[in-house]
Amino acid sequence: MEDKMLEQTLEQTLTRLRETVRQAMRVPHYRESFAGAGIESAEDIKSLADFQMIPVTQKEDLRQNYPMGLFAEPLENIVRIQASSGTTGKMTVVGYTANDIEMWSAAVADALRRGGVTPRDIVQVGYGYGLFTGGLGLHYGSEKLGALTIPLSGGNTERHIMFLRDLKSTVLACTPSYALHIASTAASMGLGPEDFHLRVGVFGAEPWTEAMRAEIQQRLGLENALDIYGLSEIMGPGVAMECAHKNGLHLAPPFYPEILDEKGIILPLGSQGELVLTSLGKEAFPSVRYRTKDLTTLSYGRCACGFCGWSMTRMAGRVDDMLIIRGVNVFPSQIEEAILSVEGLEPHYLIVVDRRGALDYLEVHVEVSAEAVDAISHLEELQETLQQRIYRILGLGVRVRLVEPMSLPRSEGKAVRVKDLRTKDK
Amino acid sequence: MLQVSVFLENAKGRLAQVLGDLAEMGVNIKALSLADTKDFGVLRLVVDDAERVEKLLKERLYVVKLTRVWCLQVEDRPGGLAEVLDKLVERGVIVEYMYGFVEKVGELAQIVLRVRDQALMEAAVKDFCIGVSA
Repeated sequence: MEDKMLEQTLEQTLTRLRETVRQAMRVPHYRESFAGAGIESAEDIKSLADFQMIPVTQKEDLRQNYPMGLFAEPLENIVRIQASSGTTGKMTVVGYTANDIEMWSAAVADALRRGGVTPRDIVQVGYGYGLFTGGLGLHYGSEKLGALTIPLSGGNTERHIMFLRDLKSTVLACTPSYALHIASTAASMGLGPEDFHLRVGVFGAEPWTEAMRAEIQQRLGLENALDIYGLSEIMGPGVAMECAHKNGLHLAPPFYPEILDEKGIILPLGSQGELVLTSLGKEAFPSVRYRTKDLTTLSYGRCACGFCGWSMTRMAGRVDDMLIIRGVNVFPSQIEEAILSVEGLEPHYLIVVDRRGALDYLEVHVEVSAEAVDAISHLEELQETLQQRIYRILGLGVRVRLVEPMSLPRSEGKAVRVKDLRTKDK
Repeated sequence: MLQVSVFLENAKGRLAQVLGDLAEMGVNIKALSLADTKDFGVLRLVVDDAERVEKLLKERLYVVKLTRVWCLQVEDRPGGLAEVLDKLVERGVIVEYMYGFVEKVGELAQIVLRVRDQALMEAAVKDFCIGVSA
């Protein structure tokens, strides 16, 4: 039954993929790269196999065509631009037509609805408003749904806490690390979950773990903390989101996913690899086989929430985030799991990588909670326990350093979890 | 008695900073000890109104905890402290750490003690009539 559905979906998708290719061919960069694969017109795409011959698009292609070289519509049809946060290099600019904004808002509204958000909810948006897609993306979607939407943006944590309490916000949308920061700051002001009215958390823009989910739910008194996924190069938040059943992130209908291995070979459903996305029906900035650098696993089918289509597991990490320490592959999420399993440590951490002689050296800086302070022996035990847990997970000896709370940088956008000093000139 | 414990990273000027903050808050330190390891230290303080000091330090984002400690009055002469400790050991009281007071009460010296088992200590203090400061 599901196979049959998948077959039908793929057939319909093929027609739409042709449209995307036709739209993209208005852009010199795509015309050239398609020609290299023997595709001179959209009609050359006769099967999915033909589509898979198209070269992937990379972040670098966006940079080389900075600022608007990949726009497929004349500027008079573009109503908005957004730009990537540039956490990993030069900024990239993307554009939207009025139809694109409409499609994006509808995708976010649908995702929120499946997450249990209703027009009766009060949605407090703590993503940054501006060039970052987080704030405006959530905002338009939430309004489209008909919810009362509070455009607080990031920063000014105390005002967030005041609004949570006084306006009785029921939904909080921000990065998971910022949600934790709000919770910690509230606690230091003597406020806890009983002072808030939160039900649903919509958290994204950085990978986070199940342990982190449990922690945030408990600290903010949420029924559901849900993962939302997106990137400006494709659209923004709402490309995919978990529903209240938490069976993976449901991919919004206007996107076609593929999973690739490191060599660029397409992997079957159920295998973990890099997510590659193609937009269907996007006008200003069509995405064609865009490598997201996010690692996940795909499935296809129907969910209890009524969704039918592709779903992906929560991001295991980013291709970029993977650290290779003494030959061992390390993802920050593995270290986060270990930290959250030790009582007395706060989920705020920084991984510092350096080289001593020829050896890679990994230090984990983690904030202690007030409860743990007094006996030195207890603090040393915390240090030791975490070192052992990390050793058990990674098979790698690391040094744990306990640091003061709030001493690690807090982010309103994407949390910086890794400081790699190996690449720096000494 | 409640003691204020403050977690401090081993960073240049950190101890001076917390002491400066305490001065600004108008806190008079009656006794203190500093325990340290390679990376961090714990500053333990006896002050008036420990709860208020805890709150003020937390507002300045220090990691602070209140811990129950004992403040014993012992005779200020060679062996004064040893005699009291012998008695406590006899009763099975385990001392986790201790440090001295600056101030005396009359002729008696004062010692801050953190013990593992509060009940054991309570009984011992009562039975041996050891002086305790409030």
